[in-house]
Amino acid sequence: MSQPRVVESTLEFPYSRSLGPVVGGFLAGLKEHRILGIRSADGKVLVPPLEYDPNTGDTLDELVEVGPAGTVGSWTWVDAPTPKHPLDHPFAFALITPDGADTAMVHAVDAGSIDKMSTGMRVQPRWRDEAHNMIDDLACWEPA
Amino acid sequence: MAATDIAVVGFAQTPSVRKARESEVQLLVPIVTEALARAGLDRREVGFTCAGSCDYLTGGPFAFVSNLEAAGAWPPISESHVEMDGAWALYEAWVRLQHGDIDTALVFGSGKSSPSKPEEMWAQQLDPYYLAPLGVDPASLAGIQARALIDAGKATERDFAEVVARNRANAKDNPNAQVSGDYSVDKLLQAPYVRAPLRAHDFPPISDGAVAVVLARGDRARELCDRPAWIRGLDHRIEVHQPGMRDLTASTSTTLAARKAGYDGGPLDVIELSSTFSPQEIILREALGLDADANVNPSGGALAGNPVMATGLVRIAEVAQRIVEGSAGRGLAHATGGQVLQHNLVCLMEGD
Repeated sequence: MSQPRVVESTLEFPYSRSLGPVVGGFLAGLKEHRILGIRSADGKVLVPPLEYDPNTGDTLDELVEVGPAGTVGSWTWVDAPTPKHPLDHPFAFALITPDGADTAMVHAVDAGSIDKMSTGMRVQPRWRDEAHNMIDDLACWEPA
Repeated sequence: MAATDIAVVGFAQTPSVRKARESEVQLLVPIVTEALARAGLDRREVGFTCAGSCDYLTGGPFAFVSNLEAAGAWPPISESHVEMDGAWALYEAWVRLQHGDIDTALVFGSGKSSPSKPEEMWAQQLDPYYLAPLGVDPASLAGIQARALIDAGKATERDFAEVVARNRANAKDNPNAQVSGDYSVDKLLQAPYVRAPLRAHDFPPISDGAVAVVLARGDRARELCDRPAWIRGLDHRIEVHQPGMRDLTASTSTTLAARKAGYDGGPLDVIELSSTFSPQEIILREALGLDADANVNPSGGALAGNPVMATGLVRIAEVAQRIVEGSAGRGLAHATGGQVLQHNLVCLMEGD
């Protein structure tokens, strides 16, 4: 019986993109250690900012500063991170609502141990040393 | 709800396995043949073919094209592909049949997760700026969804384990299931967390597999099948992509799709749900208004076998099979796409 033929392939996403005023504005804010949301048609502040209102489809353009601290909504604990995760030691993925925002963003919380995590806990951003125009310029959140 | 009477008249599926030696097209060839044979249809008579698969799983651009070999693409055929679960390929074929100029269609869905690392690969389906770079994996989002359910007082970890035990027990009668058997809820609850509050058994297995379905319209359906599974309604709805911008403990898009598919809350003999993580069965039961004793996932559902890109179409095939064989009169199948139930499809079927 012959061995099955094995093909190794690596999929990449090697694009450089111009991000426009909303996503680009958000990432430019992270560089300055500011978190920006956007005001929706009904006056709510959406974080992360979307280019279009998810309910009405209206174009959105009013960026609003929120945070920097926030509150953890739901969360889960990652005991064994994958190489694609933002931290190389156990951490939480969580929904974090920055102060002044009406929605939550998904990000990592570096709490050290699951015992330090709870719904409703207060967190603050930890910034990446050198910004590179990616979401992880906000490296992660940590207990406040 | 349909403009014309369209029915499922043939179906076949592979078993779900952790790692199939066959290529995706090799998985498809025998089941396409079997589904057509079950309908008594020659492949040259098929009016339209539509497939659902995922190039990211296969690891090559346009990988789906080779799957067409299973349908036999020469002489040229009329066909299409969706980078979605095969349930959405069935949706496209259902719309195509309503044009009225053809009366049969072949639909298939296939996926091999074994060659990839699904927990890393699936982050690529997310927003490329805010989510994908963080490697947000489906199990982590399911863990967030599970805790939201617990925090809202809608479910407990024991409820999740009960869903798992029930589905695995149901799967004992399903020869295509990958995971089945009798499991004690107390014992399941002793397993370690993988994405607290979820344990490994709350996740679907990693599966390879495929499914094929034959559709026919009107009198042609009656010719091909003694008891066609008529599609009384078919609808799909989608919610906002960012997980922090919607209520993860509810599925408004499932409720809306069911209503638009014509589901009136009446009795159902069989329900098959694409609840790939155990808490999602609780959410979907509420979204559909199902009673506690509803006959949900007699096949064992996605927790017993999850051939991604086929899982939703398998649900339709499982319901259709019970109607065609006479053990059910009315059934509902659900398929999902995206992350944590973002996009949902409901297919309502009845026998004559």
